[in-house]
Amino acid sequence: MINWLANPARFTRISARALPWCGWTAAVVLCVGLFWSLVLAPPDYQQGDTVRIMFIHVPAAWMALNIYLFVAVASAVALVWRHPLAEIAARAAAPMGAAFTFVCLATGSLWGRPMWGTWWVWDARLTSVLILFFLYLGYIALVNAFDDPSRGGKAGSILALVGVVNLPIIKFSVDWWNTLHQPASVMRIGGPRIDISMLVPLLIMTAGFSLFFLALLMLRMRTVLNERKAGTLRLNAGVAPAPRPARERAMPAHPGRS
Amino acid sequence: MGDIAAFLAMGGYADFVWPAYGVALVVLTGLAADSWRRYRQSTVVLDRLQQRRRPRR
Repeated sequence: MINWLANPARFTRISARALPWCGWTAAVVLCVGLFWSLVLAPPDYQQGDTVRIMFIHVPAAWMALNIYLFVAVASAVALVWRHPLAEIAARAAAPMGAAFTFVCLATGSLWGRPMWGTWWVWDARLTSVLILFFLYLGYIALVNAFDDPSRGGKAGSILALVGVVNLPIIKFSVDWWNTLHQPASVMRIGGPRIDISMLVPLLIMTAGFSLFFLALLMLRMRTVLNERKAGTLRLNAGVAPAPRPARERAMPAHPGRS
Repeated sequence: MGDIAAFLAMGGYADFVWPAYGVALVVLTGLAADSWRRYRQSTVVLDRLQQRRRPRR
């Protein structure tokens, strides 16, 4: 499936049809999810209406982690097999991961103030998610720091792979260290420990965020493909050297130094 | 009317619940709008370049 989609021309054709579908479904699902989160779901018996922040906070946190995993896997594929679309996918996904991480941190802070009595604590969970945010920013800065996109992509891929070590730290930080943050209540051994009336909107919002991610991923990948194509055309129109085949262009310019 | 006021009050936690939803809305729609703007721009640039090339071929 991945192999089959890794052809840019085929991706352009399929995404042109899938994009509007995905986008509009995301909008509908998010509207349903918002109504459910804000109106239908009951207030918590201990936390009152602040529990509604969870329906944004927890899906955003899941997205932050999963998008990082996506960026890392795409980076590995780009490094090992040099699939032309893998590096573009990682590049297109990273800003979305950063956005979801920011939403997770901001909503967590707004939830922490009334429930914990503080906006922020430097404990393991919060600090490791803040590091995730900086990893995203570092990746974005690095891939854009090179004139040659293939070199930037390579440097970013390595950073993304090194940063994977942070993911299990985030996931298990609530078990390994003492923290104000509660331990997992949905993704836990023995099934979710959360009432169905709150689990349903949580899952709807997660589905909505995922569809939103997919739609924007396709849109942003198409943008990068357009920009690369325009760059090649511009290069050919000027006094640039004769066009080299794409395969050769993917190789480092100075094999001895790379 | 009382229902709406009670809804907006969020059980006394309006100051925290609404900003949380607001932040998410602003960040995600901002990202979507920026991505869409960049996409439109890239298609315009590409079309222009392709049109310029065609007569020469």
